[in-house]
Amino acid sequence: MRAVMLLTARDLRQAWQSGGLWLPVAFLLLVASLYPFAVGPDAALLRRTGGGMLWIAALLASLLPVDRLVAPDRDAGMLDQIALRGIGEEMVVLARLIAHWLGFGPALMIATLPAAALLKLDGPTIGQLELGLLIGTPALAALGLLVATLTAGMRSSGALSGLLALPLAVPLLIFGAGTLGDGSGAALKFLAAASLLLVAITPFAGGAAIRAGRE
Amino acid sequence: MIRPKSRPKTRTALRLSGVACVRGGRLLFRGIDLAMEPGGSALLKGPNGIGKSSLIRVCAGLLRASAGTVERHGGVALTDERLALDMEEPLGAALRFWARLDEASPPALDRAMAAMALENLADVPVRMLSTGQRKRAALARVIASGAPIWLLDEPGNGLDDAALELLGQAVAAHLTGGGIVVAASHQPLPLTSPIILAMADYLPVLSTSEEEAA
Repeated sequence: MRAVMLLTARDLRQAWQSGGLWLPVAFLLLVASLYPFAVGPDAALLRRTGGGMLWIAALLASLLPVDRLVAPDRDAGMLDQIALRGIGEEMVVLARLIAHWLGFGPALMIATLPAAALLKLDGPTIGQLELGLLIGTPALAALGLLVATLTAGMRSSGALSGLLALPLAVPLLIFGAGTLGDGSGAALKFLAAASLLLVAITPFAGGAAIRAGRE
Repeated sequence: MIRPKSRPKTRTALRLSGVACVRGGRLLFRGIDLAMEPGGSALLKGPNGIGKSSLIRVCAGLLRASAGTVERHGGVALTDERLALDMEEPLGAALRFWARLDEASPPALDRAMAAMALENLADVPVRMLSTGQRKRAALARVIASGAPIWLLDEPGNGLDDAALELLGQAVAAHLTGGGIVVAASHQPLPLTSPIILAMADYLPVLSTSEEEAA
């Protein structure tokens, strides 16, 4: 547990120092400000489609830092040095998942507020959106990290990451955007289930991917 | 999950028996036996690409031996060509991260940095350090780790004469203290009667079927 905390603190510090934390936020705001230019300033149309658009933006924003998540540490020998100390790869991935979510989930949720204003979303929709993102961003973080562990060490891993992650993100998108027009709460429960699944398998699948990458 | 610092019950040891290693579908070496007790040292010899680094990684447990067994009693510290220090951090902070993971005390880290003459560089960001200074930093991490088994892959690369002297002193002190050193090095290391592993003796011989195929 102590090792996980040390690793999480280090991963957060690294993310902060690299300046990569602003990237997803800037991307989300950029999409939100471009969208009205593309579909026109019709407030009713923006209100109806803006929530879904923000989910797509959040999903794509979560893919931006993927090539920086695992590959640099792998190439620098950090992961090997950690393994030498008897710390399991699962713990390494778990620590990184926590740090990655802390670095990008809350920031994305805050950025959603001005973005929602740009898209003329109403109060209840913003509430649903934020709740959905609270449940969904850990899954987006887990998915990005999982893909990062799988593609670490490959050339042109960036393009491959997108191809790998997007099909897996479809359930999150369906249920996440589905929460917006859904009063029954069923979509939220499905989103939570999909999120739980991704968060639960990522440390194990990612740990196995890192180990396999050593051979 | 952190390695226990001292294991009074089991003696420090590193034993390899019949170890073979396959990289990229090619058998690099086979049949390596090595038994090391406290104070023992081994030197891997051979031309580039013969598998010295792979053998060191097998010893560290980072690579699986495709045949044979590797037995380790005691923690392992490794230094290879990759630095594994955060480039933007000051050297002192970057090393402190590993010292914390190793549960090494701050004085132990200070002593290790002094042993590699790094005291004056503690505030310098790692990316500003020269090749030799980086190598010394990696060696300081090995010293500070307190691990009894040292695996040194070309520890003398890029070191000047004074730093080689420091490395020699550190290795000698580690062996005197009951540690184990396995090194692949082209520079002379002051190892007292090391086991010399000439890697060329462990090259795979082609089997008859392979010879026919060739």
